[in-house]
Amino acid sequence: MRVLRLEIQKVKIGDIVFGTETKVNGTQLTLNKDSLIEQLKQLPNIKDIKIDIALPGEKKRIIPVKDVIEPRVKVEGAGKGFPGVTSGIAQMGEGVIKALDGVAVVTIGDIVGFQEGIIDMWGEGAKWTPFSKTKNIVVDITPVDGLNPHEHEETVRIAGLTAAEMIGEAARDAASSESEVYELGTLKEETEKYPALPKVAYVEMLISQGLLHDGYIYGVNSGQILPTYLHPNEELDHAVISGNCVAACDKITTYQHQNNAVVKELYKLHGKEINFVGIVLHPELTTMDGKLIATDYTAKLCKQLGADGVIISEEGYGNPDSDLVMICERLEKAGIKTVLITDECSGWDGTSQPLTDAKEEAVAVVSTGNVSHVIELDKADVILGDPHALANIAGGWDGAYDEESGKMKCELNAVIGATSEIGTHHATVELY
Amino acid sequence: MSKKVLYYLNQFFGQIGGEDQAGIAPQFKEEAVGPAMAFSNGIKDKGEFVGTIVCGDNYINEHKQEALEFLEMIYKDIQPDLVIAGPAFNAGRYGMACATVAEFFYEKGVPVISGMYEENPGLETTRKHAYVIPTTDSAAGMRKALPAMVKLATKILAEEEVKPKQDGYFAQGRRLTVISDKIGAKRAVDMLIKRLKNEEFETELPMPEFDKVEPAPAVADLSKASIALVTTGGIVPKGNPDHLQSASAQKWVKYDVSQLDKLGDGYYTVHGGYDPVYANELPDRIVPLDQLRQLEKEGYIGKVYEFFYSTTGTGTSVENSEKFGREIGKELKVAGVDAVILTST
Repeated sequence: MRVLRLEIQKVKIGDIVFGTETKVNGTQLTLNKDSLIEQLKQLPNIKDIKIDIALPGEKKRIIPVKDVIEPRVKVEGAGKGFPGVTSGIAQMGEGVIKALDGVAVVTIGDIVGFQEGIIDMWGEGAKWTPFSKTKNIVVDITPVDGLNPHEHEETVRIAGLTAAEMIGEAARDAASSESEVYELGTLKEETEKYPALPKVAYVEMLISQGLLHDGYIYGVNSGQILPTYLHPNEELDHAVISGNCVAACDKITTYQHQNNAVVKELYKLHGKEINFVGIVLHPELTTMDGKLIATDYTAKLCKQLGADGVIISEEGYGNPDSDLVMICERLEKAGIKTVLITDECSGWDGTSQPLTDAKEEAVAVVSTGNVSHVIELDKADVILGDPHALANIAGGWDGAYDEESGKMKCELNAVIGATSEIGTHHATVELY
Repeated sequence: MSKKVLYYLNQFFGQIGGEDQAGIAPQFKEEAVGPAMAFSNGIKDKGEFVGTIVCGDNYINEHKQEALEFLEMIYKDIQPDLVIAGPAFNAGRYGMACATVAEFFYEKGVPVISGMYEENPGLETTRKHAYVIPTTDSAAGMRKALPAMVKLATKILAEEEVKPKQDGYFAQGRRLTVISDKIGAKRAVDMLIKRLKNEEFETELPMPEFDKVEPAPAVADLSKASIALVTTGGIVPKGNPDHLQSASAQKWVKYDVSQLDKLGDGYYTVHGGYDPVYANELPDRIVPLDQLRQLEKEGYIGKVYEFFYSTTGTGTSVENSEKFGREIGKELKVAGVDAVILTST
């Protein structure tokens, strides 16, 4: 047997408080704030760190959010942390993870790019982000002066991942109340077990375009790869992280990679209705040749796997719409049935054409919302970060934050995870 | 207070006459005429019927300005809460008349209900501004159309939410974001399972149809041509004085570069959709004024147009893009520009 078995043991956390030790007591997570800050300040290029807690229902607003990460610790099996990024390379996908379930590390700090966003923990804003339901540990990172934007991005990315790793350690000796097991053998083994079930592959597209537009696979920039094949457990076990890319609404945060909703849904049906044959990671390149090479290559990998059906999820919008429908066209022409997941840019009133490219083969599409849908957010009691950042982030504009009333008006573009194209959240579009 | 319902009919259904009366000017009657009578009976407990406008189809289509002035007068006088126009079945000019009425009241914030056959040429415009019930192609369908319109009117008067499918009207084409009870990943997997089982499934996003633009013919003599630079790369003067959005642009901007040899240090990008580092080092990488100025000096091109135009492409709706394109194109044409270099990112 060459089955990869990954178990995620969930340490349920109901409350987070500050204390003298970072540990779990029952369902309470205690954080030693000073010690965490002290350790994070040891990282390169960090000038200052602040840590706050934001719980569901509190009238707190977090802005500008870069990444969200689930704190976890690997207790059995190869690898720890984020291989190739915060720790050495290891073959991931096997062993036991303990996760602080319901907790997320959220990184904020001076804006690096336009692709950062908002998390509201209550009210209208909470409805639009999956991260209003997590208990958030907000890490505010101030880098040293004089960094260029690429260095600035790397500094906050590494600090966030490291913070999640340090806090995740608290799960090591804590009792878990529930566990999820993800088990998948080789294509040959699974096909022998389930000869009659249709084979389903998952094509996960990753933005790969430069600063704040890259994903990383074992630390390798996705812009430098040909499409590649992954065992689904590798992604659940930290092989893929966010480079803080694209607009806040549809960037795949690290948390969303760790808990990839499409992977989990496909696993639920594996051996029952489908034979899940794995993930193809597809880099969304910006040149025409890049798109042709990558889409041909991705389609070829799916064909080689013998897939009968493929789910294709996009990251971002605009030029990647072309990759999305080009992959679809190639697969459908080869007789492989596809379902696409994308968001749309239908303008403020929802009357504009929703995509920038289309193919007649794209007959089955899940829409995760209009990125330009405008929402109004009430005044927060506490703001973690800087509300003025809204003037510069995608989905905000100068004047979108009214300092006097404390209210904000913005597009879903600016809300973390609002239109998640890996289907983490609930938004969709209805034709009126 | 009960809500006021106003009805609009053409000369035929308004019982004035046939084709020979199509030129009559609009008139207002306090009583319910023709189909308006059956309609007013249908809504009598829910709203107050306030009168019927009757107008010739040729009149409203040929004297639109005067007809709109009449509508404005009636609107001010009556302040209706709901307007019913038609049903127009497959009558083209009546359909266009309903479109005019619907657009007028839509802009006043007054809901409009109409009824039309799917091939009525007036449908395309009317549906954007009104709730249009599908009808048969002839007035023989009146008995079915009116109750459907009454039913819809009852809901709208009660301020209940209406949806095209459930309430049986043509979709207006607004794609609204709502919260589903299932996450996107679950919906995608469910849809794929249906496809694999060859069961019926329904896409959440039908593919849009694209306009094809023919490339313009080549410029005959570049050495005499005035060339303009237009970009979707979000290049603006530092400080972004006109507050161009970093994504989902709601406007375009233009800047006088007639005194510059290159954009250089004074400009940067506010575009939120690409790595800005290299554009900020040298904005001429996005708006190649430096190169064009060189070609101008060499006499290869006639001249560089004095303004460059900029907007942000990322997340900007196609509707806005089309509007920006028309507006910029109009200005450039008036300015005698012969060709444009469009740069995207």
